[in-house]
Amino acid sequence: MRKFSLGKLALPVYSVLALVFLLTPIAYTILFSFNDSTRSNTVWEGFTLRHWAQVCNRQDVCDAVTNSIVIGIISTIFATILGTALAIALVRYSFRARSLVSLSLFLPMATPEVVLGAGLAGLFFNAGVGAGMVTIIIAHVMFCLSFVVVTVKARVQTLDPTLEEAGADLYANPRQVFRKITLPLLMPGIISAALLSFALSFDDFIITYFNSGSVSTFPKYIYVAAARGVPAEANVIASAVFILAIVIVLATQIRGAIKRAKLAKS
Amino acid sequence: MAFAAFGGGAPAKDNSTKRKGGPIVLALILPGLIYLGLFFMTPLVSLLVTALESPDPSGAIGAYFYDLNFGNFATVLTDYMPQILRSFGYAFAATVFALAISYPLAYFIGVKLRTSPLIQRLMLTLVIAPFFISFLLRTIAWKQLLSDDSGFVSLLHSLHILAPSQFFLGSDAAVIFGLTYNFIPFMTLPLFTNLERLDTRLLEAASDLYASPNKVFRKVTLPLSMPGIISGTLLTFIPIAGDYVNASRDFLGSSKTSMIGTMVEADFLQNWNYPSASALSVLLMGLILVMVTVYVRRSGTEDLL
Repeated sequence: MRKFSLGKLALPVYSVLALVFLLTPIAYTILFSFNDSTRSNTVWEGFTLRHWAQVCNRQDVCDAVTNSIVIGIISTIFATILGTALAIALVRYSFRARSLVSLSLFLPMATPEVVLGAGLAGLFFNAGVGAGMVTIIIAHVMFCLSFVVVTVKARVQTLDPTLEEAGADLYANPRQVFRKITLPLLMPGIISAALLSFALSFDDFIITYFNSGSVSTFPKYIYVAAARGVPAEANVIASAVFILAIVIVLATQIRGAIKRAKLAKS
Repeated sequence: MAFAAFGGGAPAKDNSTKRKGGPIVLALILPGLIYLGLFFMTPLVSLLVTALESPDPSGAIGAYFYDLNFGNFATVLTDYMPQILRSFGYAFAATVFALAISYPLAYFIGVKLRTSPLIQRLMLTLVIAPFFISFLLRTIAWKQLLSDDSGFVSLLHSLHILAPSQFFLGSDAAVIFGLTYNFIPFMTLPLFTNLERLDTRLLEAASDLYASPNKVFRKVTLPLSMPGIISGTLLTFIPIAGDYVNASRDFLGSSKTSMIGTMVEADFLQNWNYPSASALSVLLMGLILVMVTVYVRRSGTEDLL
């Protein structure tokens, strides 16, 4: 009996250990945002809220984050619009160029970032376009696009086409059907795609590094600072973004759980 | 087709509900397709062209002309052989480790936790939690946790796994460790998506027919989860082969752990040797495409995905 229960425990224990492994450096990063360090943030020197209270004392960190947020928002808007259109077309319509579209959406995901980064940088260089915010945004829209399509496609596939037909039967014109029926039903998928796209853009380093010129982004700032030690202010920003994201995800899930429980009751 | 491995392929089943599109389809796909043509396909072609260039006769640094110079590929292959072997060696090792860590985890969350959906959701959130915090900072955290004066390294010293003069950071093992760590969620998620739908009645049927737990796993669970294993290994192997951050000396590596990406970055951004950087990129892309195609064909599930 005893041996049996030990065997049953192996899998949960292994899984918890794997999660501890995944989360250890996150805990470390958050902890060291409270480190009373002055320059390099490598040794624990005591607890302080100083870095949280005055993040923008390090002007360079704040500028980099501002750039990352601006790039993330603009890239997400473009990638989400282009990607949603592609996803609707791929699920709803039959057309000849379909495998070409699928292939050109798959390939960017199967191409290493360093190839995408060097390729775009070479193109901009040959065309005489100086690297900066615009080239970063162009690059981000490109690699976010495929992920938006995959995410929205999953939602379009669950959509019941009879709802749209019902709308059309009730004399809604195609435009109204799209705005009043299709779009609201697709919204959850579009929102997850946009969040994913923003996260990908915000955290991208390699492609950005090749196409940024002198513009700094948050990941680029950390990469460059790594040689001499990353200041605690970078940990503050990363921790704040992390906590915000986790709260959003948990809130969505708890809301979903409550909704399901209510549905089960009624 | 290989690209179906990512779920990007078109399922032909639900054609009955599909409408024939005219101008609407064009309006939906053209903007995206043109965008990818301009900023994905053109750069690849431009890489291929640049890979065939020769240094400008004037001798100016960073100036080249198109010459159909295939010699760049030969140069890159001989000069960067250690980096090429290392990149694919690291990618192979890290993918295997990530699979070994992810499979039991994904099985536990996807199959064992079905009866308690709230815990299942919570654990899944913890698996994707690393996505919400910069991977550069997480890698730096490991660098400090495994530094030369850390408890981990003194443990390795006292166990005589490392000689007193040796350290962990900067070694092949440290880079593989970092790569494995950073790509575990990319492996766990597709495995979870697959195992979540695993029909456990098939497992019961197998054990009712006197298959040992070991045999049930090998003959039923493993083959059924093959599509998840394939997407997971592709989603980890490809980006790992092109990564160079973990191997950088400012992170977990040293000058002895440089990868293909390290050389592309150095040639492109520091040495302005665009033909060399381009030839190396084209080579990396070509090798990956060949490996992916062979791998997906071999595993024989190309149509299942």
